[in-house]
Amino acid sequence: MDQLWIDIAAILAVAAPLVIAAMGETLSERAGVINLSLDGTMLLAAMTGFAVALNTQNLILGFAAAALVGALVAAILGVFSLTLGQSQTAVGFVLALLCTDLSSFLGAPFVRLPGPAVPFMPIPGLADLPVFGQILFRHDPVIYASFLLVPATAYLLYGTRLGLIVRALGERPAAVYARGIDVTRWRYAMLILGGALVGIAGAAFSLDLKQGWSYRHTFGSGWIVLAIVIFGGWRPLRVALGCYLFAALEIVATRSQSTLPGIPSQIIQVAPFVLMILVLALVNLASSPTVARWIATLPSVLQRPLLVVVYRLRATAPAALGQPFERP
Amino acid sequence: MKRVAVLIQPLLALVAAFVLTTLALLSTGVSPLEAYRLIIFGAFSTPVRLSDMIMLAAPLLLCAVGLSITFTGGLYNLGVEGQMIIGAIAAMVPLRLWPDWPPLLLWLMAALSGAVGGALWALLIGVLRRYAGVSEIFAGLGMNFLAGGLALYMVLGPWRRQTSASLSGTDLLPRELWLPTIDRLRLAPAAPVIAVLALAIVWWALTQTRWGLEVRAVGLNPAASERLGIATARRMAETLAACGALAGIAGMLQVVAVHHALIPNISSGIGLLGLLVALLSRADPRWLLPIVVAFAAFTVGSIQLPLTLGIDSAIAGVLQGALVLFALATRARQ
Amino acid sequence: MRIAVEQLTKRFGTVWANNRLTIEFAAGQIHGVLGENGAGKSTLMKVLSGYLRPDEGRILFDGKPCQLRGPGDALAAGVGMVHQEPLDIPAFTVLENLLCAAPPGVFRSWRAAQRALEELAERLGFAVDPAARLDQLTIGQRQQVEIMRLLLCGAQVLILDEPTTGITAAQTRALFTALRQIAAEGRTVLFVSHKLEEVAELCHTVTVLRNGEVVPPGQLVMPQPQEYLLTLMFGDAGTTPPVYRPLPSIDSPPVWELRQVTVRSGTLHLLDLNHRFAAGRIIGLAGLDGSGQQVLLRLLAGQLTPDRGQILVNGRDLSGAGAIAFREAGIEYLPADRLRDGLIGALSLAEHFALLQRTGVIVDRRTAEELARQAIAEYQIKATPLTPIAALSGGNQQRAMLALVPPTARGILAEQPTRGLDVASARAIWSRLQARRDAGCCIVFASPDLDEIMEYSDEVIVCFAGRIGPSIPRALLSAGRLAELIGGVGFEALVEAV
Repeated sequence: MDQLWIDIAAILAVAAPLVIAAMGETLSERAGVINLSLDGTMLLAAMTGFAVALNTQNLILGFAAAALVGALVAAILGVFSLTLGQSQTAVGFVLALLCTDLSSFLGAPFVRLPGPAVPFMPIPGLADLPVFGQILFRHDPVIYASFLLVPATAYLLYGTRLGLIVRALGERPAAVYARGIDVTRWRYAMLILGGALVGIAGAAFSLDLKQGWSYRHTFGSGWIVLAIVIFGGWRPLRVALGCYLFAALEIVATRSQSTLPGIPSQIIQVAPFVLMILVLALVNLASSPTVARWIATLPSVLQRPLLVVVYRLRATAPAALGQPFERP
Repeated sequence: MKRVAVLIQPLLALVAAFVLTTLALLSTGVSPLEAYRLIIFGAFSTPVRLSDMIMLAAPLLLCAVGLSITFTGGLYNLGVEGQMIIGAIAAMVPLRLWPDWPPLLLWLMAALSGAVGGALWALLIGVLRRYAGVSEIFAGLGMNFLAGGLALYMVLGPWRRQTSASLSGTDLLPRELWLPTIDRLRLAPAAPVIAVLALAIVWWALTQTRWGLEVRAVGLNPAASERLGIATARRMAETLAACGALAGIAGMLQVVAVHHALIPNISSGIGLLGLLVALLSRADPRWLLPIVVAFAAFTVGSIQLPLTLGIDSAIAGVLQGALVLFALATRARQ
Repeated sequence: MRIAVEQLTKRFGTVWANNRLTIEFAAGQIHGVLGENGAGKSTLMKVLSGYLRPDEGRILFDGKPCQLRGPGDALAAGVGMVHQEPLDIPAFTVLENLLCAAPPGVFRSWRAAQRALEELAERLGFAVDPAARLDQLTIGQRQQVEIMRLLLCGAQVLILDEPTTGITAAQTRALFTALRQIAAEGRTVLFVSHKLEEVAELCHTVTVLRNGEVVPPGQLVMPQPQEYLLTLMFGDAGTTPPVYRPLPSIDSPPVWELRQVTVRSGTLHLLDLNHRFAAGRIIGLAGLDGSGQQVLLRLLAGQLTPDRGQILVNGRDLSGAGAIAFREAGIEYLPADRLRDGLIGALSLAEHFALLQRTGVIVDRRTAEELARQAIAEYQIKATPLTPIAALSGGNQQRAMLALVPPTARGILAEQPTRGLDVASARAIWSRLQARRDAGCCIVFASPDLDEIMEYSDEVIVCFAGRIGPSIPRALLSAGRLAELIGGVGFEALVEAV
């Protein structure tokens, strides 16, 4: 039984950077802007964060630098898409590639250097609780932060007036404009806030989960986070669940390497990515009118349970996601 | 006035891109001039490098040409990387099944099989987009992961080396199945010939045929095209299939002309680089060849950087990405 | 709050949408603003609510001049606008929508907001569930929510743009009761409408706009005779006797036949349509914006699939066959927004003709250019065959769209065929359409311009609030009667008479 608790604790730890990045992306997309540069941003931030922490021997500065890089890339995306009116997709994609190469180039001197790492910090008292202590309270501060970030994001979006404005920006910017809010300025703010979180997620890789820096250090996590945000239907709790699901798949994959010697380990490493995309297809399928029409043709006995499943899986994107806003 | 803007805007983008790249170079302490000499002219310095450049430019041109079709039709085919991988795997099938058959026939079969594989893989994106409402961007990305996993599986599973499974790839193909090269160079003339031929055919198809005109119309305005009686969804699927087929042939060239085996990283990011080329050229066939040559030269030229200057070769990607980014910035508002 | 404009002028290109308007709306009253489409009503309302900035003149709130940089400024100054489709956030609940970007300090807590909402709803006689999602509500309910939101956010002036379009009779009654209450509490209500009966029932004063000017200058105190208001709105169009053109008898099958068709689109729900559209006729669809004309046109074009019933095209059942099948059956749809839905701006006329070629691998440029040249000569399009369509003027784009209709077309559906055209271009377009009619086409068109309907239709179908009236021979109709019908006056009797 203890092994299971350890595994769960490991899942929570592995998912931490994903959760942080996914919350950042959720905030941007809720405000209507897709930050497709995620993968590159995370790499560049991971590299910068590691380099800064190494040179200053100060972890806080490392994370701050990473957040700054994330915010900066997001701001560039904002200038190109929100101000200059170019396609968010095209600019985000180019930025993803550009930042990836920039991280490889600038990070070359830091490859595989030993560096500072976030220290393990069990919470006194709580860590000794049976089960819960093991799962929740024997981690490091970054992981605790990822725990807190999920309810915080959910509260921001669903519990505050600010959250109402953010969600409205992604749903119907014209209505927000009619209420006297500067749509572009607010979209910038959310994009940059989200970008800073993505940057912190990058540093969570290089300073915590996979300590150090190497070429393509985050192994495509940014792309996966983009998929997870869709899977999570842009709702923080479900998005976090997606992150933990993905982390669990990764843990299972590593575990099964010893139990399934027939399958090469590299395949198992890709498996979670592939599964994630299949799930994404399923979620999208559930939201498509094709499926609704198909269900309507089935015998009525089957219709109700299927509709329940489809309803649970369904993810509706913010209505104005990715669309430019023109002042009327 | 308009004339001047047409000249000045690309120039501005060029300057901005070089400023950014120079800053990156300066941060490493090397002389930017020395680095640029290698990045820009390195590929042309020796016959070997020139041939390497051409062998990179050929699949890159194929991908970029394919992507210019999907761009014309209004789609972002991020799945091009996966289509190339599947093309390579599919091309391997006849080569491994009947290695004794005449090489010419096998190459033809490999090309055909690669094209069909790539096209079918691309059509899956179309299916996901049309029937499951998955944007072609995420469908494409997912399919890339899937294709990469499949290549790994083939390399480590069914097609593993006879000695022991290795990440470095399958056993090399028999020598006689390698696309013939010019003496002592790695240059297989067939590859660039095929790529340029593809460019010519696609250029012709997009500008001269009824199909090309319809694809343009769909890309510009799907609603009006539908009103004029064009089968919009079908044209979109066709552009995806065409792009997939060309990427598949690029994958096949990687197998028979470059690596002579299936390796896990068979696509080497060429598809994504092709996307940058297509974005920069705005899918205009006239610009594809010069941009492809320049980008391939940057990549090959920068390979010498780690040895001669001690800096990472990824600077080529920085320059390429920055060029596209700033070119986007100088373009008119959509 | 008293609201006034002085010498207010707003131009769009060469069009004077508002020409030196000077009006004052007193507090505590309901003011009707009447005018046909294009008379300048919406421009005035957009200026008052901060969406547009006047070119000249000024806006006065309680006598103080006011600069509005956006709708936020207007709301802060106390002017709230209720759009035809309320500008709310459909994915939100009523309460969330109320709180979203509410002015600071208005609601201390969610609970306070809910209490305020419930109190106001009670006072105005509205029934709302604060927890209901807006996309589950009808337009009428969303409108009530929007009115309450604006009032709670401090609006002293409420502008309602065609508020009774798309809402039920019961909701209209509830709305009127509420508006009277709002005015009685000392606020100002601007009621923008086409519908004479409603203005007569509700408003204390009325201001009539025509061609961007107030006619006669200044407000009229209600009641006023209906015929007088009609003359003010539409000019003397009603007095000229219509030229009667005998309708040819019908022996061929109708181009379209609707049998018991029910179709739904957005908030409109057209029920049990039974109509025959005969060949060799021009049929005009008259009605206010969004009364069902567009839905009917799209249904006839095959773009909408009926929930029930059959559509026969030239005697063949094409229900649910899709727009391409309709097109192959000889139906051509000419949308109002020519560059968005009709033509491809970056392509030339020759390339458009090439797109219509259905055979051959290679584009037959020679033939396409020849066809384009012929079309240019025949339709007097000011362009070369190779000019991109986007570079053409609106009139030339419309002619190009018409020129692209194949000679084999049996039915032409035109949505506002002369929108944005000058008089000469409009006349040219109509002579082409009439030629097509005489060649045996059935032409169905929608237009907000009643003069156009009266002048060119052989038959008129009136659409009112999502209901489609019977087809009336134009000879039996006067402009005044038509104006009444589109405002709903006597519409019921007309439908029942059939």
